[in-house]
Amino acid sequence: MSLEARHILEFPGGYTRTTGPVIGRFLTELRDGRIVGVRTADGRTLVPPLEYDPETGDAVTGDYVEVGPAGTVESWAWVHSPRAGHPLDRPFAWALIRLDGADTSLVHAVDAGDVKALRPGLRVRPRWRAGRTGHITDIESFVPEVTKIVSPVRTEYVMRPGLALARFLEGVAGGVFVGCRCGSCHKVYVPYRLSCPECGIAITEEVEVPDTGTITTFAINNLPDPRAPEVPFVSAYVLLDGSDVPMIALVGGVPAHEVRQGMRVRAVWVPEEERTQSMANIKWFAPTGEPDAEL
Amino acid sequence: MREVAVVAFAQTRHSATDEGQSEPELILPSLEEVRRKTGLRKYGFTCSGSCDYLAGAPFSFVSALDALGAWPPISESHVEMDAAWALYEAWVRLQHGDVDSALVYGFGKSSQGDLREIMTLQLDPYYLAPLGLDQVSYAALQASAVKADRARLDEIVRRSRADGRANPHALDLPDPAGEDFEVEPLRPYDIAPVTDGAAAVVLAAGDLARELCENPAWITGIAHRIEPHYLGMRDLARSASAAEAARAAGVGKGHVDVAEIHTQFSHEELILRQALELGEDTLVNPSGGPLAANPVMATGLIRIGEAAQRILDGGAARTVGHAAGGPCLQHNLVTVMEA
Ligand SMILES: [Zn+2]
Repeated sequence: MSLEARHILEFPGGYTRTTGPVIGRFLTELRDGRIVGVRTADGRTLVPPLEYDPETGDAVTGDYVEVGPAGTVESWAWVHSPRAGHPLDRPFAWALIRLDGADTSLVHAVDAGDVKALRPGLRVRPRWRAGRTGHITDIESFVPEVTKIVSPVRTEYVMRPGLALARFLEGVAGGVFVGCRCGSCHKVYVPYRLSCPECGIAITEEVEVPDTGTITTFAINNLPDPRAPEVPFVSAYVLLDGSDVPMIALVGGVPAHEVRQGMRVRAVWVPEEERTQSMANIKWFAPTGEPDAEL
Repeated sequence: MREVAVVAFAQTRHSATDEGQSEPELILPSLEEVRRKTGLRKYGFTCSGSCDYLAGAPFSFVSALDALGAWPPISESHVEMDAAWALYEAWVRLQHGDVDSALVYGFGKSSQGDLREIMTLQLDPYYLAPLGLDQVSYAALQASAVKADRARLDEIVRRSRADGRANPHALDLPDPAGEDFEVEPLRPYDIAPVTDGAAAVVLAAGDLARELCENPAWITGIAHRIEPHYLGMRDLARSASAAEAARAAGVGKGHVDVAEIHTQFSHEELILRQALELGEDTLVNPSGGPLAANPVMATGLIRIGEAAQRILDGGAARTVGHAAGGPCLQHNLVTVMEA
């Protein structure tokens, strides 16, 4: 076994450091919730202030100007796992921030929630600590400026299906697809409707169509939907046999990547005792196994 | 300017873990090796580079003198920075003309503490250190400013680690792999490994140099330049001080066969290649560089030593050794050596 000793280097209570007039002025203003820069002889504004102009080494002027508090992120590095000494205990960015009115950049933390929130030019503002003491950490972190808000909307309605849809759902409750035929153009529409959208005239002839049909087009959905059986799921236009206009429906009982145009399908009905006046009566359309139809 | 050359170089087999040696024990084998190579046991001047914060003890470099035999009293100095700057001090000392030889050494045991926290202590105590800005974080800010292409960085690490595996002194590190970030955009493998190690160099002037070795690596240019400490006062995507030091040292006055550069993070190679104006035909970090072994405080001296060794071995005519210190390549030293 090797010999080991734990060794801690610590200055209890911390170092006491005098600030001098330049850094002291900055920290004093910071305690008051203001950020100041100092002017160099050639008129540049250094933030945070230094005692000398980094370009020339000359002493800076005694001219202090308030800058920011807002600024622009020039570049950043994203901390996925904050360390004990870091200013935030959740993922955050270190950033070079050019405060408005400054000619140099301040290094500080940006609490942006997600790395995707960062981009060059992101506008940020300081989030001040409540009990300020005159310390660079009086700014807890910078946070993005407000550029959007989220407004919750919720209002309730009582919906009735209308006469045509009520008639269709009545059919569905009995395991039947009710459609209609236009007296003028002879097109058969499913679901049932009261007027022909092409001819603009009232429809009076009701027809029943079988629960078999052909997929005319489809989409594979990769986002969850409370009404869908699983992810991914397929929604398709199914042209029911004997109808002229396809109806949108779920397709199931087949891997999503095997669904194709022309596939023959049949409605899968829920057991009779579970049926209601609702499209939920049809679990989905499943392949019949017949050869594909020409479209 | 007095003719001064690197006449001997030695380094430890660096280690990724604490192998139980004290600092004097770590440095002793390299000192013995350069003594053997030169036959010199006394030097006109001795200078070392190290960092007390690595050991967490004040004046820790003093105890390292035990490896030297500092009695009767020797002419000795120390820099609290990479030993490349100790070499610079020794070079300046040799310019005085009254002594002809100098021993330079550096050592670091970074395995003893948390290097990321230790390097925070070198930041200014008013604006940066209190934020807890750690070494990897400020390097990541620079990598982000460079907007480095990921494929190029991966290639730099792959090449450095492969070269390191071929270098018996460097660490045996696998090819870079993994999609995790340490601090984005830096991945764990973009960061030089924690390493313990030491190195020693002997400088000699004029005829003594010619006497001590067949192919002295003559220092034809050496210069260092520094930039403002505060990161926000600089263009982090470039290294103005490295460029200025390279110009002052005369890097561009001839073809550079080999450049050993102090890249503790992969993106620093992109910045330094540009600053030093290294051409595509210059072999960069054939030793593996710091990405394959980073004994902090000796790493920069090793760059000069490795670059000199190519000339000592007779394989190169003109080489460059580069060392860096401070956050985000703040301070750069460039040495040009010729056969
Ligand atoms: Zn019609």
